[in-house]
Amino acid sequence: MNPLTICLLISALLFATGFAGAVTRRHAILVLVGIELMLNAANLNLIAFWRFGPHPEALTGFIFVLFSMALAAAEAAVGLSLVIAIYRHQQTSNLDEVRELKG
Amino acid sequence: MSTLLIITAVVTLFAAVAAMSLRNLVHCALMLAVSFSGVAALYLQLNAEFVAFTEILVYVGAVAILIVMAILLTRSGESPEKSVLTAGWYAGVAVTAMVFTTLGWAILSSSALPQTVAPAPVVSVKNIGDTLMGRYVLPLEIVGLVLTAAMIGAVLIAFKAEPRDKNQKS
Amino acid sequence: MFEQLNRFFAPVDQIFVTTLHWLVGFLPAAWRPVASSMLCIAFILMVFPALFSIVTIFERKGIGRIQNRYGPNRVGIPGTKIRLAGFGQFLPDGLKMLTKEDIVPRAADKLVHFLAPVVLLIPVLLTYAVLPFGRNMALADYDAGLLFFFAVGGAVEVSVFMAGWSSRNKYSLLGAMRAIAQMLSYEIPLILSSVTVVMIVGSLNLTRIVEAQAGHTFGLANWFVFTPWGLLGYLIFFIASLAESNRSPFDLPEAESEIIAGYFTEYSGFKFALFFLGEYLGMFAIISLGITLFLGGWTAPFACLDFIPSYLWFLTKMLGIVFIFIWIRATLPRLRMDQLMNFAWKFMLPLALLNVLVAGLWHYLAIGPLRWIACATIIIVAYVALGRGLMRHQKLGQRTYRYAD
Repeated sequence: MNPLTICLLISALLFATGFAGAVTRRHAILVLVGIELMLNAANLNLIAFWRFGPHPEALTGFIFVLFSMALAAAEAAVGLSLVIAIYRHQQTSNLDEVRELKG
Repeated sequence: MSTLLIITAVVTLFAAVAAMSLRNLVHCALMLAVSFSGVAALYLQLNAEFVAFTEILVYVGAVAILIVMAILLTRSGESPEKSVLTAGWYAGVAVTAMVFTTLGWAILSSSALPQTVAPAPVVSVKNIGDTLMGRYVLPLEIVGLVLTAAMIGAVLIAFKAEPRDKNQKS
Repeated sequence: MFEQLNRFFAPVDQIFVTTLHWLVGFLPAAWRPVASSMLCIAFILMVFPALFSIVTIFERKGIGRIQNRYGPNRVGIPGTKIRLAGFGQFLPDGLKMLTKEDIVPRAADKLVHFLAPVVLLIPVLLTYAVLPFGRNMALADYDAGLLFFFAVGGAVEVSVFMAGWSSRNKYSLLGAMRAIAQMLSYEIPLILSSVTVVMIVGSLNLTRIVEAQAGHTFGLANWFVFTPWGLLGYLIFFIASLAESNRSPFDLPEAESEIIAGYFTEYSGFKFALFFLGEYLGMFAIISLGITLFLGGWTAPFACLDFIPSYLWFLTKMLGIVFIFIWIRATLPRLRMDQLMNFAWKFMLPLALLNVLVAGLWHYLAIGPLRWIACATIIIVAYVALGRGLMRHQKLGQRTYRYAD
């Protein structure tokens, strides 16, 4: 099994872990944690293909990952401020209890 | 070389599973920081040093801290007494199993993957800079705009609103 | 004459490098890289904690003298009759910290409480890997060395949070939150001021940055601190590094008179010693980075003094800046949290952004008096305007002095 397949399997496992957490946990922040894990898995996938694929000197996968990290950080910031705002409104951050659109 | 990869991967995956399954949220956030460091170590083994340092700077230094700050601001620091899993969690687990099976099968049975391991590319920071400012200058500027918008948006959303009955006499 | 002096002293300059190569030469070729790294790491681990103990003495005596009192002045070498006028104080202090009882609060989160000092020390020690201590004396010469330093330095905040939260103590948590907010706020002017250096040099490699400051014009070195943007950049870096190491006047997170001891309230004995060590080592690391970026690293200030070994210059500069840190600690009063944050976001950040602009202008103008005048004017006007503008609503009285008799 060549290193590329190993890295892709690791990335698939990481993605599955993040996905499982994001859809099964009750707390809003843990959903965001799961999303961050999924983004990391995708970045790992991109770097593995950059390293073992054709033309690594073109740096395509590399730059893609840099932008992906920047956007993931931005999205985490906005998502977490949303969770804080919802907590301030509904006094709970439990996703099962935040069910109504009425503020 | 491959052994180190497997060990790092085991640590990262263990930390990721712990991040998603522990009861105490702060422990989850700390295990998430560990898994980010593990992913950075994996990048280092794939000769992507710049990306590894950026991962530590952005994720461990900022996103993990952001998550713990949010945990503290939403008073979730204590261990919850009720179940930590949402209703209907078994459907989530089933879908996860399907996702992972599909991905694993696609990876293992694919014939499009390159079989030979090319020597490590030499990436100098100068090349990264030239590429960023040359070919990818438009995405760079757009990412700058997106980050500004995200920053302003996050501040506005989490801003403590003025109490509405400020002018009423109590 | 100076060339002859330089040539005579060149072996002394490279003595550590030659010793390393000689020692490593005894081993088979496959083991040489690992052994070389191990020896360098052992050297760093011996030198900097020793420097830490010496600096604690100088700090206590220095602060004592500035405050018109003696510092520790009795302890010599314990067990003998040698009196060193207080300079042996670190030995009983170290022994005290190692033998004190390790108290962990009952409600504390034991694993996180235990791991917090360790998680503090690891990133701090990692940052020493990329610093060039002398000519050819950087342990890991990464292409992106500066990025490595800032990335690993930012991982210290996780440890601060771990310490503050695991103690289950409201003072600890409050101190940790304040410390994290302060560190995050001051990281931005820190990184922006070093971006100016990267712009001018064109590389993130710390050895290349030092070599770019190696020439001399009219006898004075080409250090970046002698340029307008470099002076402003170094001042911003200096103040931000005071804040990053939680030193006075930015030591609200650990102030004894305000919040007991902040995030290390519940730590005693060896764990407190590890925190103390980690804080001072972090201070040395960031001072060394400032010296590398702005003060020429291991280069000499005057061309005639080039024969003195490079690591001695580095050590001298580092001890000089440590002395200034101690001086500032003894002199300035503590900043309040809101004053601290205002200062970072409203004063230092705009100045750091302006500094980036001025550095770009410096690079593109022709060499000569024009660029000096233009850059200096922009900086001085912006500094005065920003300072006056931010202070216009404050009603401050006349400054008075009271001296001890």
